[in-house]
Amino acid sequence: MTDKNDLTAAVAAGVVGSEEAFRALLSAIVEVARSIFGAKASSIVLLDEETDELVFEAVVGEGEDTLLGMRYPAGKGISGWVLATRTPLVIEDVHQDPRFASDVAEDTGYVPKGLMAAPLLYEDRTLGVLSVLDRPEASLFSLQEMELLGLFSNQAAIAVDLLLKARKAERILGGNGTDLRVIARLAAAVDALEEERREAGVRLLGELAAMLGAKQS
Amino acid sequence: MRDVTGHGEGAPEAPLPAWSLPRDAVDGIALPAEWPEQVTREWAWGGSTGKGARVCILDSGVEAAHPMVGLLESAVVITLGENEQVLAQEDTEGDVSGHGTACAGIVRSLAPECSLSSVRVLGASFTGSGAVLLAGLRYAVEQGFDVINMSLSTTKKPFAAVLHELADSAYFRRTVLVASAHNMPVESYPWRFSSVISVGSHEEPDPFAFFANPSPPVEFFGRGVNVEVPWLGGRSLTASGNSFATPHIAAICALILSKHPELTPFQLKNVLYLTATNVGGAQ
Repeated sequence: MTDKNDLTAAVAAGVVGSEEAFRALLSAIVEVARSIFGAKASSIVLLDEETDELVFEAVVGEGEDTLLGMRYPAGKGISGWVLATRTPLVIEDVHQDPRFASDVAEDTGYVPKGLMAAPLLYEDRTLGVLSVLDRPEASLFSLQEMELLGLFSNQAAIAVDLLLKARKAERILGGNGTDLRVIARLAAAVDALEEERREAGVRLLGELAAMLGAKQS
Repeated sequence: MRDVTGHGEGAPEAPLPAWSLPRDAVDGIALPAEWPEQVTREWAWGGSTGKGARVCILDSGVEAAHPMVGLLESAVVITLGENEQVLAQEDTEGDVSGHGTACAGIVRSLAPECSLSSVRVLGASFTGSGAVLLAGLRYAVEQGFDVINMSLSTTKKPFAAVLHELADSAYFRRTVLVASAHNMPVESYPWRFSSVISVGSHEEPDPFAFFANPSPPVEFFGRGVNVEVPWLGGRSLTASGNSFATPHIAAICALILSKHPELTPFQLKNVLYLTATNVGGAQ
């Protein structure tokens, strides 16, 4: 049994793109985050509500080969605080105290001197945390950077929301066999047509809908 | 306290007072303190160490006996039991992220003799953290703290109405709620409510520099950039964010309330305004 939302998700999956495309988008986001702050690494972790864990979804710099897909508890550590309080945070270990490393390493897998972290907020949901690790040494943090981090995480949150929607659509398609996949393939095929043929395709779908007795919304 | 209720027959068992002031009751509400012609920082908190003021850190817990924090009056952890029952138990775990310890250390550095307590609302799990936050705030208000430092907020609209009610309840019970403004362009609570003192960051290094904002909802800016704070394991870090500006203002509130315990949150906010660096505090 499928409901209206499942059909919408199926059509959306055909039109909005694949998991791979969104992964590429998230990678581009962390790459830009690292670059604009001149940092050594950047990552996005997303909340898995079912297991109450944070999962690495994109990593650039240190740890990019090992961290993807790794999980840790969502309630603790610095990312846990940022996630639960929905508040950005910047900390730097100016005294180079090695004990600092163990807390952050728990989150990130490597030993940074400092980190900036901001929540990924979309509407009233908290989706995960964007982290930027090891800004250049001897550069004091400023409010301008904080604002930039906030704006940037908002943009990242929109991309993450799209990724989560695409995943949901994929899940629904996977769970419902071929009937919905046909609709998704049809939507994708029409979307990919050249202008004139696309118009013809849309007309054809209209005729098909009329034949099946679907009323215009 | 004089009873000015005006209910006749048929009034409920716990009658609501009539919100009016009969002529013969005027003497009964005389102000308990003489106000100076000009409110200065010297009048507001000169010589104060925060002694007697009770400050609560509603956060991730506090590492007790950290050299930059000292002893705590109390430490509880809030959890939800079966049927959403709120449990407040002694917190033996301490701080689960380091953040609460940082806030406590900032308060201690400005108000060395105030009493510090921790109410931990983070750490159990992420799911349900909004409900625990509400329960923790309710618990803290019931304990009658003078100042509650709340360097956190929620974006969940369904919680806004209850938070609003709690913030008003704190305001009327003379508990000052000092809440971080959100650094990001999103709707979040409770800092937007007028019954709380909301705090954003400035970049000045002076911990006593604070500014009144003529364009609310953020009402004050405190020191929030590159602040040396205590962190887990007895060590210290440099931290930035509105959540570190908030305990600076909470500490100044504790200093003022220590010297002038009769002040209501409304009066306290006025004193903060009049002593802000950009108003009269620079003199």
